[in-house]
Amino acid sequence: MKTMRILTAAAVVGALLSAPVMAGNVDPAADLKAVRDYFAKKFPETPFNDYINGVYSIDPASRAQWEAIEEFPPYEPNIDKGDELFHTAFANGKSLADCFPGYENGVRQNYPFFDKATKQVITLELAINQCREANGEKPLGYKKGAIADISAYLAFKSRGKKFDVKVEGADALAWYKRGRDHFLAKRGQLNLACADCHVYNAGNYVRADLLSPALGHVTHFPVYRSKWGELGTLHRRYGGCNKQVRAKPFKAQSEEYRALEFFHTYLSNGLEVNGPGARK
Amino acid sequence: MKTFKHAIATAVSVAALLGSLGLAPMSVSAADEASSVEKGKEVAFDRKKGNCLGCHAIAGGDLPGNIGPPLIAMKARYPDRQKLYDQIYDATKRNPNSAMPPFGRHKALSDQEISDITDFIWTL
Ligand code: HEC
Ligand code: HEC
Repeated sequence: MKTMRILTAAAVVGALLSAPVMAGNVDPAADLKAVRDYFAKKFPETPFNDYINGVYSIDPASRAQWEAIEEFPPYEPNIDKGDELFHTAFANGKSLADCFPGYENGVRQNYPFFDKATKQVITLELAINQCREANGEKPLGYKKGAIADISAYLAFKSRGKKFDVKVEGADALAWYKRGRDHFLAKRGQLNLACADCHVYNAGNYVRADLLSPALGHVTHFPVYRSKWGELGTLHRRYGGCNKQVRAKPFKAQSEEYRALEFFHTYLSNGLEVNGPGARK
Repeated sequence: MKTFKHAIATAVSVAALLGSLGLAPMSVSAADEASSVEKGKEVAFDRKKGNCLGCHAIAGGDLPGNIGPPLIAMKARYPDRQKLYDQIYDATKRNPNSAMPPFGRHKALSDQEISDITDFIWTL
């Protein structure tokens, strides 16, 4: 029994994600297939499209309660606030709306993307601040407040649109690999990788918390968390999960977290945007 | 010649064995043991310390996680106390991919705390 456990864990690590790295090459398409197959086997009751609901996609027990919360969503005022901020004129008369053509039909699903010109991964929150700065305004803080409201508004406008992150060319692949490495590396005093909790132990409990699958993680951000009592961005959550294992968090929108978001969102390709979301 | 080598090897391993026994707290009095079990339980249950309940069901603890197996019948399954200590000190020795934190190697717990926890876990 004991040996079985260890064997299973090792076999999964090898098959799922580690093997290609050892070989020195990374194949995003193979990762995507491995992750989808892995979760399809692990949670046969969960339809692929339902992973957008995070932990509730695998927990019928808490789902009803959550669905009741989503009927009168705690993030509704944030969407209104974001709407207002998005259309408020800067000092030069322009507004965020000028930087995001097509926003009415949804732009959230186009982020993050690899920008060939600057060789950077551009996330939605980074693009919001780049727009502000290009128009002579100060950047907003990245973890909560106005930026989360604007992000929530844009996510809401994009509901139903599907993610389709592209990893093309050696530079984009290097960003992908950096995010992948972060996701797989054991870190912190507790020596745990994102994958330990959200791949290998998804569906298990840490104390009283059920661990959600990594597939579908990003689709519903930003998230209104009861624990925060407010809305927060994906990078705020990254910081929280790094701290949980007693590791020093990186800065929101640091290269490290943008790379992580690039990889993490790629894993959710084919799933719909359903942000903002409500969580415990 | 062969036998001689063998004799040396045996002598060395006996010495090593004695050495490692020497390192482990030996023949503590019953009272000391009781208090180390109590202390060990406290450190094991403390969220900021062992937080073993995060991953293991343990008798006397509420709302355990289930990332690791329930900790039961430990004395029967770990007749060698040192093996149990080693698992808590650094679980990655036995399983490099272990989800169990290497409490000793990463200095999340002191050697004394691990020793107390080992005494506690051994009573389960
Ligand atoms: C010790 C276990 C643990 C580790 C390691 C961990 N997390 Fe988490 N994470 C949790 C728990 C518990 C929650 C809350 C319940 C849930 O949704 O899974 C959570 C939630 C999340 C969420 C929010 C999901 C949602 O639907 O709102 C994201 C995103 C996330 N983690 C990403 C990560 C990333 C990326 C890493 C690595 C940098 C990581 N986690 C490492 C335990 C962990
Ligand atoms: C984050 C998860 C986690 C935490 C916290 C944790 N463990 Fe573990 N533990 C595991 C896993 C997973 C195993 C299974 C074997 C392996 O992978 O190393 C395990 C195995 C064990 C074993 C061997 C069990 C057997 O059946 O042989 C013992 C003993 C043990 N843990 C004790 C502890 C103690 C004591 C603590 C707290 C000081 C603790 N663990 C904290 C995850 C954890």
